[in-house]
Amino acid sequence: MTGIFDYAPAPETTKAEIRDEYGLFVGGEFVKPRSGRSFDTVNPANEQLLARVAYAGAEDVDRAVRAARKAYEKYWRRMRPADRAKYIYRIARAITERSRELAVLETLDGGKPIKESRDFDIPTAAAHFFYYAGWADKLEWAMRAGRQARPLGVAGQIVPWNFPLLMAAWKLAPALACGNTVVLKPAETTPLTALALAQIVQEADLPPGVVNVVTGDGATGAALVENADVDKIAFTGSTEVGKAIQRALAGTGKRLTLELGGKAAHIVFADAPIDQAVEGIVNGIYFNQGHVCCAGSRLLVEESMHDEIVVHLTERLQTLRLGDPLDKNTDIGAINSQAQLDKIEELVRSGIEQGAILVQQSCALPERGYYFPASFFTGVQQSHRIAREEIFGPVLSILTFRTPDEAIEKANNTPYGLSAGIWTDKGSKNMYIAQHMRAGVVWCNTFNQFDPSSPFGGYRESGFGREGGVHGLYEYLAH
Amino acid sequence: MTATVDAVMLEARAGALAKRSIKTSAKVAGIRLAISCMDLTTLEGKDSEGRVRSLCAKAIDPAPQLPDVPSVAAVCVYPSLVGVAKDALRGTSIKVASVATAFPSGLSSLDVRLADARAAIEAGADEIDMVIDRGAFLAGEYRQVFDEIVAVKALCGPIHVKVILETGELGSYDNVRRASDLALEAGADIIKTSTGKAGTNATFPVAVAMCEAIREYARRTGRRAGLKVAGGVRTTKQAMTYLVIVKETLGEGWLTPDLFRIGASSLLDDLLMQYEKELTGHYAGVDYFPKD
Repeated sequence: MTGIFDYAPAPETTKAEIRDEYGLFVGGEFVKPRSGRSFDTVNPANEQLLARVAYAGAEDVDRAVRAARKAYEKYWRRMRPADRAKYIYRIARAITERSRELAVLETLDGGKPIKESRDFDIPTAAAHFFYYAGWADKLEWAMRAGRQARPLGVAGQIVPWNFPLLMAAWKLAPALACGNTVVLKPAETTPLTALALAQIVQEADLPPGVVNVVTGDGATGAALVENADVDKIAFTGSTEVGKAIQRALAGTGKRLTLELGGKAAHIVFADAPIDQAVEGIVNGIYFNQGHVCCAGSRLLVEESMHDEIVVHLTERLQTLRLGDPLDKNTDIGAINSQAQLDKIEELVRSGIEQGAILVQQSCALPERGYYFPASFFTGVQQSHRIAREEIFGPVLSILTFRTPDEAIEKANNTPYGLSAGIWTDKGSKNMYIAQHMRAGVVWCNTFNQFDPSSPFGGYRESGFGREGGVHGLYEYLAH
Repeated sequence: MTATVDAVMLEARAGALAKRSIKTSAKVAGIRLAISCMDLTTLEGKDSEGRVRSLCAKAIDPAPQLPDVPSVAAVCVYPSLVGVAKDALRGTSIKVASVATAFPSGLSSLDVRLADARAAIEAGADEIDMVIDRGAFLAGEYRQVFDEIVAVKALCGPIHVKVILETGELGSYDNVRRASDLALEAGADIIKTSTGKAGTNATFPVAVAMCEAIREYARRTGRRAGLKVAGGVRTTKQAMTYLVIVKETLGEGWLTPDLFRIGASSLLDDLLMQYEKELTGHYAGVDYFPKD
């Protein structure tokens, strides 16, 4: 459809350097995997091959852990904390200097809109390194009086595909600041920015082995979890895998933090600033195609304003621009993988079968690539699968409540507890509801706000441990 | 009951819209649209007949050397210069708008303010840009403000009334929304941000908040009212963002001179320079465009 003021294509023109093949980053060098295997990483926006990436088997993982151990004993734990800080600052500055290139890489490999990788993922990743670099020589101030700040040793860190570089930053920055060395395992579908980060680490001249990157799949992650010389595992990903990791680590003495799934309640009261609440709802569920563990995926609306909210949302859906993730005006990019698209489609089918009503943006989807239109369900009941299971896609479930206490009861009626959102113009109600949320983070009249100084993490099946802030340090220091 | 506005999310939304990338064909279309929706304005104490005549000449044909540049929507002047503008624009479709009702403060008796508007209409004004009494609004005298708008609209009849809220003096987005709702309810054809005389004039968040009020009013009543942003709009980039705000909040149906206006003076020069740049690939010097 042509209108009088259509946006012309506005593709990001910065080029990201992508090698044809990537090795594993072990001991400060890119090396061929002993597994002899590799795998493809594709651009989910057009299904084209981006690069072939080395596959780390158990032997490769062990080699990386040994490199990390050696670096820990030989360099990193002995280094003056102020010098550690210098290296971390160097990484932070390099990310800032190469931010546009990294944003393009993130978007190519993961499918997220360039405006998000450019304005959120990469700057926030740099901010985490800056923040924790500042802590490196001040750790005593994070401890109770008289306690020494001692690192744990070698940390195995497994990150997901939804915010690849940012999640790597959340994990690496505090670990390094506290004096640990790291073996990082990026997600199978999004290894490229972690490998670019490895290049940055190399150029920043960190002692060899302080940061190692092993690419692969779930079996690679399992090998890292099971490696006897790892002192700590930090995992962000699905609850199912998180549970398996916790079982595997039982009795080993290894430290563990888990940041898992969520099914966040986003509560909207009738006295909310409605136009902004609608923007908050849109941001809460459609940010990064809903591939967000803290996404506001369960909208709880006060019954008296349900119809009005639905009218607003239905109109707003049509203004979301779905398409080429590299276009600066794209709001909804590509779904990260075929497997994830299948999962979203399966859950959406279940919603329809269980009697909920589906509303979707009516735009043509690109012919190649993995896409799913921005969607929401009305008439959702607490018993429906789409109200209980994490969809991890651009699909919102709308439920209603009548009283504040009913809102609290429904919001907490989930095995998860990562985040929650509240919209009301009344401050006292905001505080009352927030106090009763069983969730690690509660956003009042806003959603998806992140800052390196603010701890993030879950309750119950959303995991344990905190990342960010002074709390994030404790996960990498000995008790 | 008027809707409340959350400042943090409103500003975030406006900030996101300001990041839309308007390039190539979109920029060319947007510049033409912005010119066709412009109230080319002169509101200075030193305005003279000669000044208004040269402004009108520019309004009719902003850049003779550039193809497809439309005329502006209106010329906006003080009441005593309406006759001059009317004469200079004879035979064109360009409207003459006049600020009236004791512009810019509105702090005169209702009789004086109505007489001011009446004089402008009698001199031939096609549109009246009235101001609300912000003192009364902030004192909670909403009924008075409402009645004054109703009175001006009754006087104007079919002549379009733009109600200037002077949002820079209202102190909060809640008040911007409340004043917007009130003006729309009282019959405003267009609600307008600013006089251009206050410390803060049009801003992106204020424009979003006013568009939301217009949208809600249209949903409820079926009547489409318009938006005019005025004051401090100097660059093509700003103008493009206002077009984006209207398009994505109200829809393209609002991108017409009937429902959207930009009140500006120097903006036209920047629009023309950027337009030529898009067509030729390079910037012409400022002296290639008439300065009026």
